[in-house]
Amino acid sequence: MATAAKETNATPAAATEVTFLEAIKQAMYEEMERDPAVVLIGEDIGVYGGAFKTSEGLLERFGWERVIDTPISESAIVGAACGMSYLGLRPIAEMQFIDFIVCAFNQITNFVAKGHYLWNAPAPIVIRGPSGGGVHGGPFHSANPEMYFVHTPGLKVIYPSTPYDAKGLLKSAVRDNNPVLFFEHKFLYRRIKEELPAEDYTVPIGKAVLRREGKHLTIISYAAMMHTSLEAAAELANEGIEAEVIDLRTLLPLDEDTILTSLKKTNKCLVVHEDTKTGGIAGEVAAILCERAFGDLDGPLMRVTALDTPVPYAPTLEDYFLPNKEKVLYAARTLAKY
Amino acid sequence: MKNGLMRQQYLDLYYFMRLNRAVEDMMVKLFRQNKIVGGLYSSLGQEAVSVGTAYALEKKDWLAPMIRNIGALLVKGVPPRDIFMQHMAKYDSPTKGKDGTSHFGDLENLHIVSPISMLGDLIPVMTGVAMAGRYLGQKIVAMTWIGDGGSSTGVFHEGLNFAAVQKAPFVLVLENNQWAYSTPVKRQVPLENLADRGKAYGISSYTVDGNDVLAVYTAAKEAVDRARNGEGPILIEVKTFRRLGHAQHDPAEYVPKEMRAYWEARDPILLYETFLTGEKLLDEKSKKEMEEKIEKLLSAERDFAENSPMPPAEFAEQGVYCTGDDCHKIRPKWERPIAEVTPPRSSVAAVWTVEGFGSGKGSGGGSAPFHFGDTQKSEEKTEPATGEKPKDTEVSEAVAETIDSAVAKPGKVAGKVSAKPAAKITAKIPAKTPANARAKSHPAPKKSAKPAVASSKTQARKAGR
Repeated sequence: MATAAKETNATPAAATEVTFLEAIKQAMYEEMERDPAVVLIGEDIGVYGGAFKTSEGLLERFGWERVIDTPISESAIVGAACGMSYLGLRPIAEMQFIDFIVCAFNQITNFVAKGHYLWNAPAPIVIRGPSGGGVHGGPFHSANPEMYFVHTPGLKVIYPSTPYDAKGLLKSAVRDNNPVLFFEHKFLYRRIKEELPAEDYTVPIGKAVLRREGKHLTIISYAAMMHTSLEAAAELANEGIEAEVIDLRTLLPLDEDTILTSLKKTNKCLVVHEDTKTGGIAGEVAAILCERAFGDLDGPLMRVTALDTPVPYAPTLEDYFLPNKEKVLYAARTLAKY
Repeated sequence: MKNGLMRQQYLDLYYFMRLNRAVEDMMVKLFRQNKIVGGLYSSLGQEAVSVGTAYALEKKDWLAPMIRNIGALLVKGVPPRDIFMQHMAKYDSPTKGKDGTSHFGDLENLHIVSPISMLGDLIPVMTGVAMAGRYLGQKIVAMTWIGDGGSSTGVFHEGLNFAAVQKAPFVLVLENNQWAYSTPVKRQVPLENLADRGKAYGISSYTVDGNDVLAVYTAAKEAVDRARNGEGPILIEVKTFRRLGHAQHDPAEYVPKEMRAYWEARDPILLYETFLTGEKLLDEKSKKEMEEKIEKLLSAERDFAENSPMPPAEFAEQGVYCTGDDCHKIRPKWERPIAEVTPPRSSVAAVWTVEGFGSGKGSGGGSAPFHFGDTQKSEEKTEPATGEKPKDTEVSEAVAETIDSAVAKPGKVAGKVSAKPAAKITAKIPAKTPANARAKSHPAPKKSAKPAVASSKTQARKAGR
């Protein structure tokens, strides 16, 4: 791996601090090295190296047959990836911005997701791309469309918050026999760094993780808002409120046990997500708690989410639209009083 | 015989058309006995399309049927009981009752991809199948069908365009049965021949009389051979007619009487029977034997299907996800050295330069794969730049062909797309064929006699504007 990197400059040497973006690239690079069945398919991923340069250098190393530039045809990208997977390949399809994934909605929800259930045809593909707001991308380059797909049996949906998880979960996604949607929050791409292990590792799909221990309330979050939640929790600690922070990492299947264990300890729950409110994962968490831990709740489930509007463009509007630390603090303080 | 068929193959085509019709006749009976759970779609009068095209495939090839391609499934080796049980939602059916009709597949043995009801989605999927087969060195061809109606979906165009730029070994049969539910083809597409849609993607296409099984087979065989040889995807329009309604519930009163009468007089099975009898390939005795064989087979298959149980209710909850190796061991079957697609051999130099486009980091040249224009072959063709022969020095071969893949291998293609296939396809069919349904071959656009090198410069300039 280290020698390979020297040869091509395709990825930095492991065991140094890497960005979220480089963690994604490392995962793809290492999986392609490990298994020739892994191929990339997407728009501008070859010659150009991807709009965010997540696949830079991979064409030079793995060649035209494994790094496939496509026309602007999201349905064809997903469809072709699916067809390739039927012959045992493991394609990673890139949506240049995850907003465009809805152009392939039918292909994903009706063809790819239902295949195993209906006719015993697993489709081991990964569909990944940059998502999320806070970078003033406007209404068509800032979306968080994860919940369209969390509502689709047959898919797995991952939305990591750290470089370590991004790399480990992307590797798990490539090795998984099911179609996996992999959302990468573009706000995190170059803003956070982390030292990664030099050796091959994976992070299991479907397992949430406790990011901070606490006893007064549980904040459940994922992706960029996980970091906002941690910042809020640090501030809350100064006020004597110990918040536990859970990073969901995988939205489908949802790790109910980790949520319930924490709730049993804190008895209060706040869900923070950047997705819009109605139909967001917070509603699902609320339902699970009501069904399985109603007696343990000492307060209402609260949620801090984006507004139920499209993502607006102007910084003043977008800042108002998005959840932030202040909104989390306000909700947490209110909840703590119960 | 011009089409290269042997006696047994002529009879196979007949057998599968008869079997196709008999299977569907039996399902009509089952439907009337309320033994079929959902709707029943018919391919009455279109048997030559399903059978003639699928018969051109080899065992290792892949196909994905549409709703009226029961015949293709039979040719590929699906036992009639599976088709009966699918319609009856039985537990022993390929989908174990989870889906009906022709919505089932078999990745392991028969190489069949299941359709979904949304039209056109199979086109990029089968393009992916074709690309994966090529990548793995399997030399397969992927085939699917689309109706005149389905050819207006967005994904039809996305898929066919992508197949074309990839030069995927893929054959698309556009089954023009004149009606999309109740909407006639003229209200859907302002073209006389839907094969013309192939021109938009720079691929070759054919128009064939879909009620003439030999014409269909001959065109399909040529298309499959060409696709397998790396000529890229091919579109075959077969003109035929949907004799019944969209499904059993639809009396199709919107169809003009004269139109129905015209096509009913051109029943594909009767036409072929006349041909076979005239050629002394079939006599009353062998025909009767075949009928008895089919009857015996289908009554046993129907009994099996009827005796199969319904799935247990709780089964509804199972099988949404693959649980891993214990569920499916997913391993590609490599038929080429893996070293070709792994570094260092897969590595390509960053030398993609295009006149008028600036220079990019990417790659081309010797390591570019076949689907970007057979770079190495073209280089062999190029003569040394010494004499008076004009040579393009501004645009590299690889680049020119990337821009205009249709110009690749001009000599070969031009030869093939001439009037030859038309002659072949109409051969030996005794029945009257309407002028517009006669087999025709549409050459891919721009495959002129002009040398590729001379035109590539112009192409690059055009593309730059």
